[in-house]
Amino acid sequence: MTLNRRQFIGTTATMAAVLSAPMVRAQGKPRVVVVGGGAGGATAARYIAKGSKGAIDVTLIEPTRKYYTCFFSNLYLGGFKEIEDIGHTYGGLAAGGVNVVHDWAVGVDRDAKTVALAGGGSLPYDKLILSPGIDFVEGAVEGWGLSAQNAMPHAYKAGSQSELLKAQLVAMPAGGTFAMVAPPNPYRCPPGPYERVSMVAHFLKQNNPTAKIIVADPKPKFSKMALFQEGWANHYEGMIDWIGDDFGGGTVSVDPNEMTISIDGEVTKVDVCNVIPAMKAGRIAEIAGVTDGNWAPVNAADMSTKADADVYVLGDASSQGDMPKSGFSANSQAKVCANAVRGALTGSKVFPAKFSNTCWSLIAPDDGVKVGATYEATPEKIAKVDGFISQTGESSDLRKATYEESEGWYTGITTDMLG
Amino acid sequence: MSFPRFLLTVALAVSCTAALADNFGDPVAGERVFRKCKSCHQLGEGAKHRIGPHLNGIFGRRVGSHEDFRYSRALVRAGTGGLEWHADTLDTFLEKPRAIASGTRMSFAGLKKTEDRLNLIAYLRIFSDDPANIPEADPTATATDHNLDPAILALQGDPEYGEYLSSECTTCHQADGGDDGIPSIVFWPEEDFVLAMYAYKNKKRAHPVMQMMAGRLNAEEIAALAAYFTALEQ
Ligand SMILES: Cc1cc2nc3c(=O)[nH]c(=O)nc-3n(C[C@H](O)[C@H](O)[C@H](O)COP(=O)(O)OP(=O)(O)OC[C@H]3O[C@@H](n4cnc5c(N)ncnc54)[C@H](O)[C@@H]3O)c2cc1C
Repeated sequence: MTLNRRQFIGTTATMAAVLSAPMVRAQGKPRVVVVGGGAGGATAARYIAKGSKGAIDVTLIEPTRKYYTCFFSNLYLGGFKEIEDIGHTYGGLAAGGVNVVHDWAVGVDRDAKTVALAGGGSLPYDKLILSPGIDFVEGAVEGWGLSAQNAMPHAYKAGSQSELLKAQLVAMPAGGTFAMVAPPNPYRCPPGPYERVSMVAHFLKQNNPTAKIIVADPKPKFSKMALFQEGWANHYEGMIDWIGDDFGGGTVSVDPNEMTISIDGEVTKVDVCNVIPAMKAGRIAEIAGVTDGNWAPVNAADMSTKADADVYVLGDASSQGDMPKSGFSANSQAKVCANAVRGALTGSKVFPAKFSNTCWSLIAPDDGVKVGATYEATPEKIAKVDGFISQTGESSDLRKATYEESEGWYTGITTDMLG
Repeated sequence: MSFPRFLLTVALAVSCTAALADNFGDPVAGERVFRKCKSCHQLGEGAKHRIGPHLNGIFGRRVGSHEDFRYSRALVRAGTGGLEWHADTLDTFLEKPRAIASGTRMSFAGLKKTEDRLNLIAYLRIFSDDPANIPEADPTATATDHNLDPAILALQGDPEYGEYLSSECTTCHQADGGDDGIPSIVFWPEEDFVLAMYAYKNKKRAHPVMQMMAGRLNAEEIAALAAYFTALEQ
């Protein structure tokens, strides 16, 4: 795991926090440790603390002092948000009774039931919840590695990477080329790369109208494809060249020194190259030994891992069935998990698992679309019950209302996660 | 309507299409019912917007779509979501305006009697050219008795279950009542809440997310949510 500058500062600054973290605990109180303060982890910590009213000791381990949401980070690229609009601190969680420890979890001893911290020391748990998000599969894109993430940013974890990609976009020469390498399934936020293409196109149309966008995609089709393609034709005609798997989009390598991308053997010099490699569960899940392949298989009823009934995995890192890897999904899974964990530790009522998801995407100003579904727990997996998707050719009023709805959702979910 | 308990859910699923078919209203009696509307709405030649919009040509019109009338945000939102005025939607609205648009400014309690609604809709239809001229278009003033079974409104929900279920609402609807882009759901009278949920469930209210979310809630769960939200207000 490489630390970028922001995270590094976060880690050193947190030593003090670790030392002052409450190490002496009320005897006999059950202990929950949550690793990762994102959409899944923050929600779980908040709901367990809120629901148990002090009967459970909840500690959240999260290295960064400020969580930058990936959701709406594309809108930041498009100029609809400032970076600080998508940054959130953990004050609300602390006020809600969660012990927030700013550090990395670096080890899990499932026999002793402890989590080791980078800053030294370890935390005991009765129940451990991991929601570490994603890491990238090494060697997934030939020529690219984490050491190349400054030359060719992924911007698939928000914060400094988003700012870097934005700076490169702004600095593009007139008529330059923006390339994206899209990831293979399954990955975080299925419509994310295509919303990003839309937002980059919007920015370029305003500031650099002769610039071009190339997308190399290992998939033959993608989420909300008809809606995006309709929008691209309407708003950004001739600007976007999407090369799917049928046309060699999956045969890609990059050279970060030369700033070139090779697609199906054809080498192109580009000005910005956004590489979004194949993904896997955040490393700590693997370190904890609860993964099978790239992801951590979980039981749908409570999000406990197949490997260990006292270790739960939420959000992107889990392999659960039909839900897409989204912030909405992670938040939904966290509530089911929180209810089950409280029940197991304090005997509170456990209700049946219900999950839902809706993903909004912005194609152009006031042109929003959405896709969503509800899910239930079956013995095998989280299974889809019912769903809907925006239609092509919708009225501009409806598209505008859909965008406004996404703004409301953003306020709703960030408050629901972080208090 | 009164059903044995175990039939409740089934009855609900069909109640919006079944009862009272082929029952046409009487426009002459409807004119008398319209007196209740007159202080706010005009109808007929030269009708203008008053406190409420004029009601000529209402059949087939998108909800909240007179450009020159200032509607509540709730009605505009319902219209943007695709809701149109037809016999069935008018019927639901007239019975309890807030079942269709929780935030409507129309401060009218509603017409409890199916017959009154039926007659009023028949009267309104005379002033809607399209259906008057083309019998197949919105042809009937058939009201449907979608009155919720009183047993449903009387169901006592488990507030603890309601609290758990409500966490699914607060992903989008802000718990503090903020309502930018997504309407607020706090401080909602219990009965209105239940009516609104069934209106979504039966697809009388237009919004794909809410139709989906309410669609899978059963009677017990809707009651649980209502019980929780009501307890919050006390
Ligand atoms: C461009 C883009 C757009 C998106 N748009 C949307 C959208 O519109 N709607 C939507 O619902 N979703 C969207 N998503 C997806 C959403 O961001 C993720 O699905 C969601 O954040 C997953 O939540 P999580 O809890 O699994 O991981 P995260 O939210 O990534 O949280 C993981 C946290 O764990 C911490 N962590 C990792 N390892 C450790 C460790 N060892 N010790 C301690 N802490 C650790 C990290 O610092 C991080 O804060 C988007 C994603 C992207 C990239």
